[in-house]
Amino acid sequence: MEERKDVLILAIESSCDETAAAVVKNGREVLSNIIFSQIGLHTLYGGVVPEIASRKHIEKINQVILTALSEAGVTLKEIDAISVTYGPGLVGALLVGVAEAKAIAYAAHKPLIGVHHIEGHIAANYIAHQELEPPFLCLVVSGGHTHLVQAEDYGRFRIIGRTRDDAAGEAFDKVARAIGLGYPGGPKIDKVSKEGDPEAVSFPRAHVGDSPYDFSFSGVKSAVLNYINGCQMKGESWKQADVAASFQKAVIDVLVENAMRAVREYKADKFAIAGGVAANSALRSAMKEACEEQGVTLYFPPPVYCTDNAAMIGAAAYYEYLNGTRHGWDLNAVPNLKLGER
Amino acid sequence: MRILALDSSGLAASVAVVEEDMGEAVTVAEYTVNYKKTHSQTLLPMLDEIVKMTELDLDEIDGIGVAAGPGSFTGLRIGSATAKGLGLALGKPLISVPTLEGLACNLWGTERIVCPIMDARRGQVYTGIYEFRQGRLAALENQMAVSIEELGEKLKSYGRPVVFLGDGVPVHRQALLERIMKDCDIAFAPANMNRQRASSVGSLALRYYKEGRTETAAEHKPDYLRVSQAERERAERIQNQ
Repeated sequence: MEERKDVLILAIESSCDETAAAVVKNGREVLSNIIFSQIGLHTLYGGVVPEIASRKHIEKINQVILTALSEAGVTLKEIDAISVTYGPGLVGALLVGVAEAKAIAYAAHKPLIGVHHIEGHIAANYIAHQELEPPFLCLVVSGGHTHLVQAEDYGRFRIIGRTRDDAAGEAFDKVARAIGLGYPGGPKIDKVSKEGDPEAVSFPRAHVGDSPYDFSFSGVKSAVLNYINGCQMKGESWKQADVAASFQKAVIDVLVENAMRAVREYKADKFAIAGGVAANSALRSAMKEACEEQGVTLYFPPPVYCTDNAAMIGAAAYYEYLNGTRHGWDLNAVPNLKLGER
Repeated sequence: MRILALDSSGLAASVAVVEEDMGEAVTVAEYTVNYKKTHSQTLLPMLDEIVKMTELDLDEIDGIGVAAGPGSFTGLRIGSATAKGLGLALGKPLISVPTLEGLACNLWGTERIVCPIMDARRGQVYTGIYEFRQGRLAALENQMAVSIEELGEKLKSYGRPVVFLGDGVPVHRQALLERIMKDCDIAFAPANMNRQRASSVGSLALRYYKEGRTETAAEHKPDYLRVSQAERERAERIQNQ
């Protein structure tokens, strides 16, 4: 067999509030993974402020890219392709990465590969698990997304379930704010829930009637708000840790239930989780237990590859590179880019 | 000396290459599009066209001039990120050119006071007040965000003829003629010079480059002249407490 030359990809990600760049070798080996998180800035506002995020991206992006190159010990000349997240995400934030990536690729005479942010999250599992290959089922859960996806092949995806309203991570953020934990909600609820009783309050597990794989989280969020209001009206106290744990359990139960229904229906033997909420310890252990019961191998990335990062974009871009995907100099940011769209 | 210049601060997007040889500066190429497509889709293809048409080797430019604000926040960032990416890949310095200075330079040599205006929303314009003194652009008032009425008061205090240009003109022309600058000697620049042109940015960038007013691609960021809405509202909340 002909030996293939190593492929080095410089990846850029700026779809929300992390400015990130990475160098990835052959889609699986991370040579550098630099993330400038703006979380402290946005905490002041209780959530991500798009204009502030965009301003910070432009200030930091060159520094982040230069650090990614130097930590990887490679020069731009040695890079085979430039990849960038072009959607979905905040349009102003995406545009910074897209314009930057296009200019670098153009001036350095490198091919340009636009990557779907969620396909990046899914590909984070390729970095953590060298042996993982499609087909597999994947649950993508983050602040902006909740998708149950069939990864049919590299770069070929089919959405089998999605949220009808709030993303799971969004519900975490809103509930965290309501119970006084603040932003970002995911990690804070995860932490405080460890001291709470998940059976203390019974919150609804929403099912979407016409689709067994779709999700809805606005109901459970409202139930939490109603519960707190009700306690306050009655002058009763409520325990933050119990409410957090009970809410978290309600969300995770539905995620796991739909995921396992899909596993049975699609006869999957591999299941992956991805996205920021995939770092949640209770979700991980519930999925682990459920997958073991079904005899399915569970894959999830370490936390650093769950939250937004550029290494995952470089991993996804590698397979796009092999498939011959090349974007033109008119590549635009697409804030509502659909999964699997090319 | 050779400067690549970009301006995507307003409705028009513009790319130019300006060269100086033995004290003689010329525009080698300029491509301006004032159309509804986003700058993200037009800017780099325009540069590509110029590169092909003029057989330009980007390694042979000395610096990248960019209209650095004020302007549309997103438009500014598309220009800045493009300039920063080019600067990073080519190892070339950037030259930030204040947007309104670039615009004013379109009218080089006029005896009138030059007043570029861009619609800044929230009842304001981005503007500046300029004149040409000994063949050079000089600011009587540096760029600012003010109401059109306030600008009118400032302009009238000079008691001189004024020429307006910029994409704020269609928004305010009638008010300027009938109310704000009534009975004053005012004029509006014609189509060949009344919007952002990267050759003006490049021409100023040449001068600034020689004066050492360069920055690294990593250092460069746009000058918005305004904080974000969220920051403004937060400051107001704190003040009202």
